[in-house]
Amino acid sequence: MLRAEVREFLAQQIHDKAFDPHNPLSNIGSDKAFAQRVAQRGWIGLTWPREYGGHERSHLERFVLAEEFYAANAPVRHFYVADRQCGPMLIAFGTNRVARDIVPRIASGELSFCIGMSEADSGSDLFAARASAEKTADGWLINGTKIWVTHAHLADYMVGYFRTSKPTEENHRGGISSFLIDMRSKGITVNPIRQMTGEADFNEVVFKDVLIPDDHLIGELGKAAEQATTELSYERAGPERFLETFYLLPALIEALGSNPDERAAEGLGQLVAQLHTMRRMSVSVAGMLQAGKHPVVEAALVKDLGTTWEQALPSKVRSIASTLDRSCSSHTQLDASLCMALKIAPKFTLAGGTNEILRGIIARGLGVR
Amino acid sequence: MTESLSSNIVVEAAEKLLRDLADPQKINHTKDDNWQSTLWTTLEDSGLPLSWVSEKLGGSGASMTEGFALLHLAGRYALPVPMAETMLAGWLLSQATIPSPSGAMTVAPLNPNDRIMLDGEGTLSGHARAIPFALQSDHVAILAQAPSGLHIALIKRSDCQYKSIPSLSGDDVADLTLKCVKPVILRPAPAHWTSKTLALMGATARSLQIGGALQWILMQTITYSTERVAFKKQISKFQAIQHNLARLASETAAATTAASSAAQSLCMEDICSEGVFLEASSSKIRCAEAAATSCAIAHQVHGAIGFTAEHTLHRFTLRALAWRDDFGNETYWSIALGQAVASLGSNQLWPLITSR
Repeated sequence: MLRAEVREFLAQQIHDKAFDPHNPLSNIGSDKAFAQRVAQRGWIGLTWPREYGGHERSHLERFVLAEEFYAANAPVRHFYVADRQCGPMLIAFGTNRVARDIVPRIASGELSFCIGMSEADSGSDLFAARASAEKTADGWLINGTKIWVTHAHLADYMVGYFRTSKPTEENHRGGISSFLIDMRSKGITVNPIRQMTGEADFNEVVFKDVLIPDDHLIGELGKAAEQATTELSYERAGPERFLETFYLLPALIEALGSNPDERAAEGLGQLVAQLHTMRRMSVSVAGMLQAGKHPVVEAALVKDLGTTWEQALPSKVRSIASTLDRSCSSHTQLDASLCMALKIAPKFTLAGGTNEILRGIIARGLGVR
Repeated sequence: MTESLSSNIVVEAAEKLLRDLADPQKINHTKDDNWQSTLWTTLEDSGLPLSWVSEKLGGSGASMTEGFALLHLAGRYALPVPMAETMLAGWLLSQATIPSPSGAMTVAPLNPNDRIMLDGEGTLSGHARAIPFALQSDHVAILAQAPSGLHIALIKRSDCQYKSIPSLSGDDVADLTLKCVKPVILRPAPAHWTSKTLALMGATARSLQIGGALQWILMQTITYSTERVAFKKQISKFQAIQHNLARLASETAAATTAASSAAQSLCMEDICSEGVFLEASSSKIRCAEAAATSCAIAHQVHGAIGFTAEHTLHRFTLRALAWRDDFGNETYWSIALGQAVASLGSNQLWPLITSR
């Protein structure tokens, strides 16, 4: 059974000190060797066609894989974004040559990706982006600056969104195209930006006359908006959207002991009920993906609820633990985890589509927008 | 996320019946109570209240799944007659192979902390708080405790004393007192039952009803927001309203997902299993939360008109809120679930969650 295999794999990795499951920062650790070990088990590109190096397994199996990795805080950063959205995007919209070259190398654990969307003057309003791609005889010439690009300092490739024409009266969101960019291209400068957590997990990426091949255009010219709708339902509702602070729950149970008072039990029970429900909703979306549907609204809803929950979790755990005797050792672990979790928490409702944008998408799905 | 709750023949037939005889708007405006007996008689004739009772024991022998779908429907119509209660009573009696009588029934105790005791003479005594539809019921199905173990009994409601208490839902509620009541039939409960077992089933039933009510509330609130004009536009055009509708939709989806997941677990597993305990307690906790948030948003969007007796909104919101209190409120189940999770230990949490 897949779940048992994944657990055994992760237990071995932990035993071999490949990562520390109690460290909140393990999950954003980029570990290429780990990625390649995962790939060797056939666990990257799980749902992709075999011709692209995939394994043609189900979205529900991918769900199992993802939730086991996230619950254990495994260092998935090297491959996760590529696996979740860049690979599928290239398969669906990339040119044949590019897809057949790049996608199998994602599945092998070799290639790592980042996403270039935001700019200093455009975040949620993605289609106000100004960084440009100009058609020349030798390919596309990229100029401009992207910001908040997670993992750009380590990624091999970027999927970036650049302006190829001006928006029009009829189509405010038109004129943005998506491109595959080799991060080693001449003219790219990556400047890490320090975050309030102390880490420098995202970056400013400056493009000065960066030349990329013609066939690195992904999909149709000017059609990034339409393509993004399909693409983003893949990334919105997975278990990573509510498990990013999960490690606090076992740590809390450890600190509470086996016979907590009613107040603590009530707090813990509430959190478990909410987690269970969140998971059932996320499984449901995975089921819809498996059935070939495009659950744009359901996925937005699950991401909104999930990220809100995982963001609130550190404060709730803190509150439940606050009447405990602080001197025992399991508390030190909990306190350390809480400190970092509270610093990371603000980002959950910002990354990958702010909750305000998600609510707009839901409202549109309800027919009121 | 809940297609399975609405797509089967029993439910389709029931929906047609309810559309004709249980329209909330019509009921809200009617001057007399004749609709009530017509509705109940028609429901009884269709066998729906005894869905969970086999034909051999006097019922219509529908499946667990069909019965749960009916409860969701009962919520979607804010049914003001004891269909859910009779269904639960019939289910309880069937667990001890006690035949179900015709007529309305209710179930006791509702509160899992209440005790009805069976003495050495075979009579029942105790208090059962806040029993819905006690006055409309001919019989009550009882879960009773004795030194020898749990028992299930059928008693005549007229053998009980009752005191009506204020009702949040608008449905009759009474505290029942039993003083040495001789049961019509008395049998032992199934071997592994605890005093929580009835409450797990009841909690799931109420979760489904809450989910159904929230679905109606969501649809109604969306419709209202697209019809009501203020500042020269539909109020649904305002972002604040759109975001609140999104939250309402999210809470409704959470409620219906939790409830249908719990129902599914009851269809597939033993009621005394760890899985059912997680599912049923979680659904009650989450549906209570969803009810509170959703009802507040719905009333806020509707403004003053939604606060009137004439508008049907309160028929749904007050029932959704009242159903939180039945078969263990969210505090009761949170404490129980938290204690169970803590006693399993920190490295059993993830296996428990992923067992579903």
